[in-house]
Amino acid sequence: MIQFNNVSKSFGTVVALDRVDIQFAGGLITGIFGPNGAGKSTIIKLIAGINRSDSGQVLVGGGTPRNKKDSVAYLPEIDHLYPWWSLRQAAEFMQAFYGDWDQSRYQELLSFLRLEENMIMGKISKGQRAKCKLLLVLARRAPYLLLDEPFSGIDILTREEIAEAMIRGYQGGEQAVLISTHEIDEIESLVDNVVFIDQGRIQLVGNAEQLRKERNKSLAEIMKEVFRHGSQQI
Amino acid sequence: MNFDNSQPIYVQIIDEFKKSIIRAELSKGDKIPSQREYAQTVRVNPNTVQRAYREMENMNMVETLRGQGTFVAAGEEMRDKMAEEMADKCIQHFVREMRSLGFEDRRILAMLEVQLTNREEDE
Repeated sequence: MIQFNNVSKSFGTVVALDRVDIQFAGGLITGIFGPNGAGKSTIIKLIAGINRSDSGQVLVGGGTPRNKKDSVAYLPEIDHLYPWWSLRQAAEFMQAFYGDWDQSRYQELLSFLRLEENMIMGKISKGQRAKCKLLLVLARRAPYLLLDEPFSGIDILTREEIAEAMIRGYQGGEQAVLISTHEIDEIESLVDNVVFIDQGRIQLVGNAEQLRKERNKSLAEIMKEVFRHGSQQI
Repeated sequence: MNFDNSQPIYVQIIDEFKKSIIRAELSKGDKIPSQREYAQTVRVNPNTVQRAYREMENMNMVETLRGQGTFVAAGEEMRDKMAEEMADKCIQHFVREMRSLGFEDRRILAMLEVQLTNREEDE
């Protein structure tokens, strides 16, 4: 489980998170939804230990993010792989660096995603690079899986492939999966729980199926409502 | 498979299996996909599929045999009951919609008969 207790974080004058209290349970896929600049990425980066909160506490499995870095498989929004690397080199690096690498899972998803090991990161298309990045985190048996905007700027067919790979690669058990995105459509059917965040504040938290039942609306429609009302409060 | 995202997905999964059974596409004893396979095919969270399968088990619509898979448990009687329930829902929805458009019941029945007669002629 991941826990945020009264967490605030600013970057200069920009308040990214404002006294956020939230929990992410293991064994579930949680979607973190919100417009650009809402604070989604900040939540993920705090868990990954990339940034530290200004105040409040972030607990990953009861420990600090720094201490738990090895248990976290993090897919950043930016292209973080060396452009001269081949997919094989990237995979070998991950395998050497992380003890939770699963080679058979890697092989299975490699062929499902129609990737090739000799692909060079800097030379392939954006969509192929997104699939490579995803493959490298899904091939790890990490207790925490963080996907930061995995669909950003990707064409619709590739997005579907990525969504399918997420399901194929879903480990269940106690793995906590967090997916942050502003594009809800692809993952409507993928998430167990949802967190709607805007302007650094949590606007709504709930179970996806429960919300659908209560409101007779899709998550995308609920999000529009939540954020429309949010902006009216200004 | 495109589910309606404004309704609980696990209910729609169950409805899909109900329809298959009603249409006799699936019969008692037939094997249905494993939860994992089904989740991959329809691209739905495996936890949601698990919930649907669990409910179907509770309803005795399906049964899971350890090590072998999940099989249809619904026999003729359950199939007929499900068909009737689904039909009732359809008809209620239709009547509600037509009445909300302002049609009188007599007129609804007449229009329905025309539709059904036309269809027979087409066939």
